[in-house]
Amino acid sequence: MSVSSPLPHDAARLHVTGAARYIDDIPTPRGTLHLAFGLSPVACGALEAMDLAAVRAAPGVVAVLTAADLPFANDVSPSIHDEPLLATDRVHYVGQPLFLVVAESHIAARRAAKLGDIRIAEEEPILTIDQALAADSRFEGGAVIWEKGDAASAIAASAHVVEGSFEIGGQEHFYLEGQAALALPQEGGDMVVHSSTQHPTEIQHKVAEALGLPMHGVRVEVRRMGGGFGGKESQGNALAVSCAVAARLTGRPCKMRYDRDDDMIITGKRHDFRISYRAGFDADGRIQGVEFLQYARCGWAQDLSLPVADRAMLHADSAYLLPNARIESHRLKTNTQSATAFRGFGGPQGMLGMERLMDHAAHQLGLEPVELRRRNYYAEAEEGGSAPAPAEPPRDISGQKKGAEKSARSALPQTTPYGMEVEDFALHGITAALLERCEYAARKRAVAEWNAQGGAIRKGIAFSPVKFGISFTLTHLNQAGALVHVYQDGSIHLNHGGTEMGQGLFQKVAQVAASRFGVGLEAVKITATDTGKVPNTSATAASSGSDLNGMAVQIACDELRGRMAAYLAAERQAAPEEVRFEAGAVHVGGATIPFAEAAQRCYQGRVGLSATGFYKTPKVSWDRVRGQGRPFYYFAYGAAVTEVAMDSRTGEYRILRADILHDAGASLNPALDIGQVEGGYVQGAGWLTTEELVWDDKGRLRTHAPSTYKIPAFSDQPDIFNVALWDGRNREDTVYRSKAVGEPPFMLGISAFLALSDAVASCGGGYPALDAPATPERVWAAVRRCAQ
Amino acid sequence: MSKTHVTAKVNGDAVEFLCDPRETLLDVLRDRLGLTGAKEGCGTGDCGACSVTVDGRLVCSCLMLGVEAEGKEIGTVEGIADGETLHPLQKKFIEYAALQCGICTPGILIAAKSLLEKNPDPTETEVRYWLAGNLCRCTGYDKIIRAVMDTAAEMREAS
Ligand code: FES
Ligand code: FES
Repeated sequence: MSVSSPLPHDAARLHVTGAARYIDDIPTPRGTLHLAFGLSPVACGALEAMDLAAVRAAPGVVAVLTAADLPFANDVSPSIHDEPLLATDRVHYVGQPLFLVVAESHIAARRAAKLGDIRIAEEEPILTIDQALAADSRFEGGAVIWEKGDAASAIAASAHVVEGSFEIGGQEHFYLEGQAALALPQEGGDMVVHSSTQHPTEIQHKVAEALGLPMHGVRVEVRRMGGGFGGKESQGNALAVSCAVAARLTGRPCKMRYDRDDDMIITGKRHDFRISYRAGFDADGRIQGVEFLQYARCGWAQDLSLPVADRAMLHADSAYLLPNARIESHRLKTNTQSATAFRGFGGPQGMLGMERLMDHAAHQLGLEPVELRRRNYYAEAEEGGSAPAPAEPPRDISGQKKGAEKSARSALPQTTPYGMEVEDFALHGITAALLERCEYAARKRAVAEWNAQGGAIRKGIAFSPVKFGISFTLTHLNQAGALVHVYQDGSIHLNHGGTEMGQGLFQKVAQVAASRFGVGLEAVKITATDTGKVPNTSATAASSGSDLNGMAVQIACDELRGRMAAYLAAERQAAPEEVRFEAGAVHVGGATIPFAEAAQRCYQGRVGLSATGFYKTPKVSWDRVRGQGRPFYYFAYGAAVTEVAMDSRTGEYRILRADILHDAGASLNPALDIGQVEGGYVQGAGWLTTEELVWDDKGRLRTHAPSTYKIPAFSDQPDIFNVALWDGRNREDTVYRSKAVGEPPFMLGISAFLALSDAVASCGGGYPALDAPATPERVWAAVRRCAQ
Repeated sequence: MSKTHVTAKVNGDAVEFLCDPRETLLDVLRDRLGLTGAKEGCGTGDCGACSVTVDGRLVCSCLMLGVEAEGKEIGTVEGIADGETLHPLQKKFIEYAALQCGICTPGILIAAKSLLEKNPDPTETEVRYWLAGNLCRCTGYDKIIRAVMDTAAEMREAS
């Protein structure tokens, strides 16, 4: 059976031979033109004049377009039409596209794009959270507040109060393939667009608007992306629309790709946050009430900032039962790139706020950090949670059996601050198993002994859990379609609305199809995502790719299976329910018919061998204004322990070891899922350690290339890296009881940040209070603070 | 600008091309010779996606001019396999699931192959530091390191 097999990526052979085609590798027709944007050098001001004569005169330039030349909509926003493709009367950030150069070559377009003579009446930009607050520059009018119980009174009545505030930096996606699109004009004004996008339907929609066409006049195709991570959910719109507009104007194919620096300067990134917390704990370290203030820097346009900031609020509880909570969120508008989706979609920031609070509380209350966390966890799901019941009740650090004392806490309603019941909590089991596997207690002692020697090199070790809600919070997005054909030779054509960005979605879904028909994977042809085949798709985002598309494909396959079974059973006077599709054959009424022959007979018998499948996630409903409901179908869980070594003289550090146990439900493909976990952890650790975005006081991004923006490299890889999947089935009826795995492991990287905090704390003094990312510079400064 | 005539060998085959003296070897390979296996990840020598070998030496093709290829022997990912038979590194990358989006893979294969040619028995640390100039945003690197270590072991046994 193909489902649950650890098969390699469907295109692995193409990748290792260099034959896999990304947008920039697609052979272009003769006469293809190349595009580049002229960018705003200024963060804020009125656009007074643009003299583009030198641009037009530059070698190879065919046309130069400004906002006035756009035939229809001048908008590439995925939300509220507030994002002009080309600036009109005002500029809002350094790097904003002002004009579009169409030229004979990529290099000619880029060279010419630098020649614009731009006059802008420069104004003082709003760049920071403090400046935005002072100017009351924000989206959605005011703050969004969600409450459960009475946090302020609960904190006032608590034995201990822990409070603090810290900064969380943004993050550049650094998909290794930059944004790219190619538009091919068709007869009658139609347009075909190849785009490196997670959201083909959105590209189709925006291109149609820009060309004044109904959506049926535009077809978008995506075979693969060279990484996406959320950065290609809305940020590809500008390129696709530009190509389509220029192709319409010139009648020639048009291609656009951002050079790396342009990509980093133009496109949105992860939202940076400031989070303030105040929490009350009882004498045993149980949270009584907590207040969070979340400030999100959203950049100049709304993009996806509202749902991102919502998800940060939705994950403010991390993994803990909060009897009383108040979460206040400010969505601030600044003269910087429009922050956008990035793996976790606000969840990581919200969760880090809580984990930081836990770290601070453990330090202040003198409690073992894991024990403090376990005391505050939601209660473990009884039967049917994602976890199989452990053979023995989990033990806490001191070896005492837990669970025996059913605390008053587990009698409380197990609801999140937004009123959703947590029915599948599995972290007690996962935590116990991980701590044992990685010998946490012994290593923690060894770290303490090492640090007690007082040398310059300090070590730190830390644990962090993940509980991540799965579903789009915008309920209507939780739908998917599929199209499956069985040809008369028994080969199968598979198509669905999900996009492939390296996560292995296509392979997982093909495994589902092969399993439904009982055939080998070679019988299934995986095809490019195509808005002409499956319409009205949602972005491949929110980790929902296999949950949604796998189900839609399963439904389409089962429809075809039903038709085939009915016909073949009738032929042999057998009951259709008894027909089985297994081992490359159809088993009916005692006969075994090879699948190819079965397909041929059905064709001869005039059975329709093409079907669509449609799936919508059950149970979800969400009122975002009240902050109440069930936004998530289920939660995915995981936990990590990271150990670091840090040089207290310089602040430099290394991750020595990371151990992870992650819940992917009944995994559709353990090899691909473990790949997601490893990659997610490393990317999450990168976010909180070395990946620092720096804007100067003019609003210019100073870290716009890999030479200045440091993502983890081979040499930063933990020396020991143990990753395993937690064996469990999803209690909800997902595709083969699997769980989504794209985003949740990202937040395992929080343990690396906490391990650095632990290492710094060993230098004595107060709580380290690190900001994120904890660059060596910041770590060094924290060591100095502690030493004083 | 007038174009320069260049003669070189790519993956063992003699090639001739005309190129603008300012054009990088990467652009020549991709746009003039149709070999799109080498990728542009940064264009500044920082990501390794464009890695090729020039007379056996590992270089970033985005940092070399096409005209500098005159008389040289260039190796790209397209030349690693022997016809339909994959190189042991390619097989191990598939077996270990050492790739996700795959766009870093050609550069990493070229770099790893050049390491194993110089040093058939590298330590894990040597592998990590040799490959430190090749960025991958998807995998977190571990499976790639395993694949390279195992290929080295297998190739040593076979020889
Ligand atoms: S493209 Fe040459 S090193 Fe990045
Ligand atoms: S597999 Fe995507 S960059 Fe390496």
